[in-house]
Amino acid sequence: MEALKIYERIKERFADEVLEISDRKPEPFAVVAPRAIVRIGLFLYDDPECAMDCLSNETGVDYKDRIEVVYHVFSYRHRHSCVLKVRLPRDNPSVETVEEIWRSANWMEREIFDLLGVTFEGHTDLRRILMPEDWPGYPLRKDFVEPLEYHGISTVRESPIIRLDQKKK
Amino acid sequence: MSTLRTEEMTLNMGPQHPSTHGVLRFVIKADGEVMREAIPDVGYLHRSIEKIAEKVGYHGFMPYTDRVDYVCAMFTNQGWGMACEKLAGIEVPRRGEYCRVIAAEFNRLASHLLTVGLMGMDIGAMTPFLHALREREMINDLIEELCGARLTFNYMRIGGVAWDLPPGWREKALAYLDHLEPILEEYNSLFSYNKICVERLANVAPITAEEAINYNLVGPNLRASGVNWDVRKDLPYSVYPDFDFEVPLGSGEWGTTGDSMDRYMMRIREMVQSSRILRQALKQMPDGAVLAKVVRNFKPAPGECQVRVESARGDQGWYVVSDGSANPWRVHVRTGSFAAMGIIQKLSRGLMIADLVVLIASLDVIAPEIDR
Repeated sequence: MEALKIYERIKERFADEVLEISDRKPEPFAVVAPRAIVRIGLFLYDDPECAMDCLSNETGVDYKDRIEVVYHVFSYRHRHSCVLKVRLPRDNPSVETVEEIWRSANWMEREIFDLLGVTFEGHTDLRRILMPEDWPGYPLRKDFVEPLEYHGISTVRESPIIRLDQKKK
Repeated sequence: MSTLRTEEMTLNMGPQHPSTHGVLRFVIKADGEVMREAIPDVGYLHRSIEKIAEKVGYHGFMPYTDRVDYVCAMFTNQGWGMACEKLAGIEVPRRGEYCRVIAAEFNRLASHLLTVGLMGMDIGAMTPFLHALREREMINDLIEELCGARLTFNYMRIGGVAWDLPPGWREKALAYLDHLEPILEEYNSLFSYNKICVERLANVAPITAEEAINYNLVGPNLRASGVNWDVRKDLPYSVYPDFDFEVPLGSGEWGTTGDSMDRYMMRIREMVQSSRILRQALKQMPDGAVLAKVVRNFKPAPGECQVRVESARGDQGWYVVSDGSANPWRVHVRTGSFAAMGIIQKLSRGLMIADLVVLIASLDVIAPEIDR
């Protein structure tokens, strides 16, 4: 099925929860209400026409005024895919986990939590995954400022060549 | 006897452990030799490549993609190139696509040779490792002649590849394939079909097809469980439709479908197919340019896309968001190793500690690709 047809199918079923269907090139996507993401996910998983058995990618994007969580869902049976998005407020973003439907979400949601600070309600193991436990802030947010040091280890290194150049000036 | 007290043992494995292929750590809860659970702890190789992408331009990010997976960097190069081309609607010249496929398939051979060799070493056999690295060395020489680097290639560009094949390279490549094909047979008789190898790998940590899909396993790990999915065949990109090749699938010849032996054999069989593709590509290669004209100040229109390439570690997804400026707004790489690590905690329950080493090796997990 074409991605746009899949979005129409979701729209038929969850009229109010589908906020936007965009046919923007090169990849169309659908924006859904955060409260409905698990219900829509389950529908896509169970519906024999869609049979989306694989969450091939889940990631987050910071758009400065909002944070979007993007789901790339894929069906091995029908070999089609679609892109779902939820829009979350920037302060205290939170959405239900889809881990119960697709197990692969466990680690991908941990990564989004770690790097963008999105909380996934109901997640079984929501810990930082890539950054150290005590790292301040969320690195992939656009307003993140890298700390100058971490436990006394400097994160910048001065260049003697640049220093010479500056002396000449 | 009732006064004897037993308790669960917590063991630490890694981050510097010879069989963790990079820096990975496991916290193992064990009852004697049997694990209750192995909890992976990753992030030791996190270099925030996705954040770097937001700070350097589209062209400038190409050398960084090598570091996403330095064992098969051609695929990360290709994934990034393809994502940018899809965003900007650039068409790569046919010869450029052939150069890409040839470089990538040689890289797949190199990566699989390393995996096969390491599998031997991880279960305690040194000889296969040396044999495999000897063959891999020649591929490194060939690729060095092609692009000047042996590991982090930076060979591809947005719109094609940096250099055409050097004079005489084609003959060398064909001579190498003539040399490799009988050697793969030799590997099989030396190691793969060796009773010790089969008994050590068969029936260890089998993954069912449903599990593999649910945990988003990709590439050889997925196909070992019997799922017929290869991006090169099923979502064809580049010039792969021009070639005739098969997709090997795991069938549980030695034990259960999707066990470690199936995953190991996948690599050997894929090497044979890669060699087939390479022969056809070297033969059919058209003349012409290798690089499309791409402006230096590359600014794709606002939009987003995901492209998928079949890397040596499976379906690699590049999700790129452009806001129309000179730097990408967001780049995300979905890698095979990251997904494969996610399933280890589940598979480890009830497994022997020594089998964890086999499991990691058979899933072909590479640390830089997990952490990025």
